[in-house]
Amino acid sequence: MSGPVPGATGPVEADAVRPPARRAARYSGRSLAIAIVSTLLVFGAIAVVVASSPGWERVQRQFFDWGNFVESAPDIVARFEVNVRLFLIAEALILVLGLVIAVLRSLPGPALFPVRLLATAYVDLFRALPGVLVIYVLGFGIPGLRLPGVPNDPFVWGVVALTLLYSAYVSEVYRAGIDSVHPSQAAAARSLGLTQLQAMRYVVLPQAVRRVIPPLLNDFIGLQKDTVLVSFIGVVEIFRQSQIRQAATFNFTPYLATALVFLLLTIPLARLTDWLVSRERSRRDAGAAARRGGAA
Amino acid sequence: MSEALRIEGLWKSFGDLEVLRGLELAMDEHEIVCLIGASGSGKSTLLRCINLTEPIDAGRIVVGGREITAEGIDVDLVRRGIGIVFQSYNLFPHMSVLDNVTLAPRRVLRLPRADAEARATELLERFGLADKRLDYPDRLSGGQQQRVAIVRALAMEPRLLLLDEVTSALDPELVAEVLNVIRELAAEGMTMLIATHEMGFARDIAHRIAFVDGGRILEQGPPDRLFTDPAEPRTRQFLQRIIEAGRLQV
Repeated sequence: MSGPVPGATGPVEADAVRPPARRAARYSGRSLAIAIVSTLLVFGAIAVVVASSPGWERVQRQFFDWGNFVESAPDIVARFEVNVRLFLIAEALILVLGLVIAVLRSLPGPALFPVRLLATAYVDLFRALPGVLVIYVLGFGIPGLRLPGVPNDPFVWGVVALTLLYSAYVSEVYRAGIDSVHPSQAAAARSLGLTQLQAMRYVVLPQAVRRVIPPLLNDFIGLQKDTVLVSFIGVVEIFRQSQIRQAATFNFTPYLATALVFLLLTIPLARLTDWLVSRERSRRDAGAAARRGGAA
Repeated sequence: MSEALRIEGLWKSFGDLEVLRGLELAMDEHEIVCLIGASGSGKSTLLRCINLTEPIDAGRIVVGGREITAEGIDVDLVRRGIGIVFQSYNLFPHMSVLDNVTLAPRRVLRLPRADAEARATELLERFGLADKRLDYPDRLSGGQQQRVAIVRALAMEPRLLLLDEVTSALDPELVAEVLNVIRELAAEGMTMLIATHEMGFARDIAHRIAFVDGGRILEQGPPDRLFTDPAEPRTRQFLQRIIEAGRLQV
């Protein structure tokens, strides 16, 4: 019904379209000006309120002590190495465990019901529990059992706790990806003689994983920050180090240094995630357009 | 001629909906049978049952003398010998054309990559797709995608090929290139069971037309007889509608 516009109305339509386009350009110039002015106003107001508050001088001394910052920063940055190790080891384990759980939950058939049940129970449990509790229970509880051969290094139990916690979330991300691959893909693979697992491995998972890379990165931003929770069971990492510094000087500036380290690491990762999301979207749109163009 | 396919008393329901109701059908090797009938008459379901994509409720399906619906049969083994091509192509979008075609030969038949690729290239060349072998499916037209899907099924050297309305999703001007591929397969003696709405094509290519109605084969026979002198009133009615829609010249 919405066929080509009849020739006679063509020029009229084109004229009707052009002025709004110019108007849009003017609007965007004005919007930019409004955005700049309102940003200056809002942040200026916040600065005035904070700086004119009765306790500002004290807070400034306590949190923004340049001398303290210069002195404590090297220690704190060096300790960040522990967080990076925690993060990298846990991340590798989470990527594997999360995938295994997601695949187990996606396997069909009545015979595999117990497997699905266990996987589901695991995900429910570790998504329900506050992370700090799991870290406490594992970090203090298991070494407390004094089982022979079981390590009592809190770093190890920190990695285990973070892995268990985040694998539950990550398996859900994977599962959403697996569910987003149309069942006809697995059907086509099975029709060629591939087994259930081969169809998963070669056809479903490659498509699923590609789609969930942005939400996976999102979870890993969370993981990076949650590495500080491991300080609760006695691992001296960046947050613990800044606590030690704070206790020695009665000044909170070391926490500011810690916050800066996380900002510098996390913001680029967040931008990367956004970029990947938009690239994935435009690639999908381009693919759809190519299909339409090719079919036409 | 030896028997390629025999279906006895096939029943299949989805919930309360009985799609196949005691369907019977037999095919010889090198025979081409076209299934015609209204949408929802059970043509696609029948093909999916033969490929063991859908579990059946009752009946027997025998392919090349072996009952594939028997207890304890290896489903994956059966599917290797039965190719199926779907209306919506279902190519794997994350793989090049070549990888689409070689996936099953490599992973199922365990052919070395070089052998699988040599065979795939040969097939792609034969169907005019050699220059597309490194392209991804979203770069291809619908007709090209469907030809790749046929090649992908052929790469497993099936003894029976099932085609499920393979031109229904295509723009009219792309239908011919896909039908020509099927004609070429027919000339080679491929055994094919084809569900189609392309009546002219069915009349050209089929040795036998089977009219599916109410979950069974209501009437079957050589195209000349079935299209011009159907015995059943339901068949006549269906063909009348097709002719009125301009899909069949008498």
